[in-house]
Amino acid sequence: MSLTELTIADAAAGLRARKFSAVELVRAHTDAIAALNPRLNAYITTTSDAALQAATHADEALAKGEAKPLTGIPLGIKDLFCTSGVRTTAASNILKNFVPPYESTVTANLLRDGAVFVGKTNLDEFAMGSANITSAFGPVENPWKRNGDDAALVPGGSSGGSAAAVAAGLAMGATGTDTGGSIRQPAAYCGIVGLKPTYGRCSRFGTIAYASSLDQAGPMARSVRDCAIMLQSMAGFDVRDSTSVNCDVPDYSAAVGRSLKGLKVGIPAEYRAEGLSAEIEAAWQRGIEWLKAAGCEIVDVSLPHTKYGLATYYIVAPAECSSNLARYDGLRFGERVPGDTLDAMYEATRRAGFGPEVRRRIMMGTYVLSAGYYDAYYLKAQKVRSLIRRDFTESFQKVDVLLTPTAPTPAFAQGEKTDDPVQMYLNDIFTVPASMAGMPAMSVPVGLGATGLPLGLQLIGRPFDEETLLAAGSALESAAGFTHRPVIRAEGAK
Amino acid sequence: MSLDPATVRRIARLARIGIDESDLPALQGELNGILGWVEQLNEVDVEGVTPMVGTGHAALRTRDDVVTDGNCRDAVLSNAPDAVGPFYTVPKVVE
Repeated sequence: MSLTELTIADAAAGLRARKFSAVELVRAHTDAIAALNPRLNAYITTTSDAALQAATHADEALAKGEAKPLTGIPLGIKDLFCTSGVRTTAASNILKNFVPPYESTVTANLLRDGAVFVGKTNLDEFAMGSANITSAFGPVENPWKRNGDDAALVPGGSSGGSAAAVAAGLAMGATGTDTGGSIRQPAAYCGIVGLKPTYGRCSRFGTIAYASSLDQAGPMARSVRDCAIMLQSMAGFDVRDSTSVNCDVPDYSAAVGRSLKGLKVGIPAEYRAEGLSAEIEAAWQRGIEWLKAAGCEIVDVSLPHTKYGLATYYIVAPAECSSNLARYDGLRFGERVPGDTLDAMYEATRRAGFGPEVRRRIMMGTYVLSAGYYDAYYLKAQKVRSLIRRDFTESFQKVDVLLTPTAPTPAFAQGEKTDDPVQMYLNDIFTVPASMAGMPAMSVPVGLGATGLPLGLQLIGRPFDEETLLAAGSALESAAGFTHRPVIRAEGAK
Repeated sequence: MSLDPATVRRIARLARIGIDESDLPALQGELNGILGWVEQLNEVDVEGVTPMVGTGHAALRTRDDVVTDGNCRDAVLSNAPDAVGPFYTVPKVVE
């Protein structure tokens, strides 16, 4: 088997057994990036030379028996995580030459555990988008194709570069961030596993902020176990993030494959929404049967405020975005466009530096926070957000985990759904509610649809119960036996 | 609630985002589309509901009042678009 087809778990075992070296493993991935990235555009910045050097150190550590959990494992890092000395752009022109002098906590944790970073993955500008088409560095192509159709499909967003890289074998795993679905929806579109942890589980320090009450980092990989291994490293308390939660990090890998006997799985009626494709509804039904066969009890539940999740999100997230992005003023860092006055400089800088979707969200947020409209929009949305969370809290008194589709459709083509912002926002209809409530959630690939594209199911768990997601996710993964691979992938690439 | 061109201009000003007159019609249409869509929240009865301002899992905490970082002026200024010596520069704001 090609080195770019291995799981993280198998590669770590192979490195320890000296079946191949870290240099060989990393080189297989940097070669694949050189061959395929010009087409997929999954990486904004590649760090192949540094990665090969790190791999040499990894081989030394392996030789001395000092290997850590991720020693020698090539990972992609979403270009929203600050990486010391490596350009970090947030896929925006305003940060196109930004080189952070410090490391984010999540990436520092991965480096501590031996991971090798092969590059910074593409994303929607400032993580605002659901198709990875708003990047200032160009769109990412999904490595999957519809049967008999060469049309370029979107990888989902905003962590589209991470999802495409992992699916195509240009990284063994990648970090993502999820604000309203930005890990789970691209994972579903690219046929990989993506886990958004509980809000507060992974530190936000050094992650470029979009909507701070929602942003959460998480792993994206080709198996549930690999997500557990990555999360083990990424999670943990951090004094430098005031919303980081100080609770123990359990042994996530131990939850993978755990018995589900007696587990209560809720099926929320409201997710049978208008626009849900028949093939995804069928995949959902199969998922229910698989969990039943694994010993779960299936319980119908109701989350009555589900349909208000998106509208609430598109008030709260832009409001926070307008505050967070106020820092890009052309003064302290980032690009500056001169103007005759200070205000003219600000306006010219922000017009040139931000793309249309970011400008639109900043303006929406500015409006809903402005005098006279705050109560009608922002305060109202915060109250509805309370009701959305209450729906989950009440459901979790009856069930242990919820099973839903991840997205209403499989991946769509570049150029589709771009005329109307609201149509694009509807891709996140099933992922946004868990984000609003701060609950952990995971997408697992469970099969291919009629056109040959991967379909994902979402598990939503209680706060800080990522273990149940991993246990139920691994049951879905085993039952589905999802071994399909995209058309465009590293294997065979030279 | 529907935004007129003057309001769109005012929002852009508040957000310090330059816009051209030619941008206005499209921007007005898009913002109104989004605002019209979020109007659905008016159906929800929020009487007596406390606004959610966090997930409630992290309590605010204090730390010791000590210096934990510093002496990194060059690193701080390394990304300044137009630093002069140890200073940031700004356009002249006083006549």
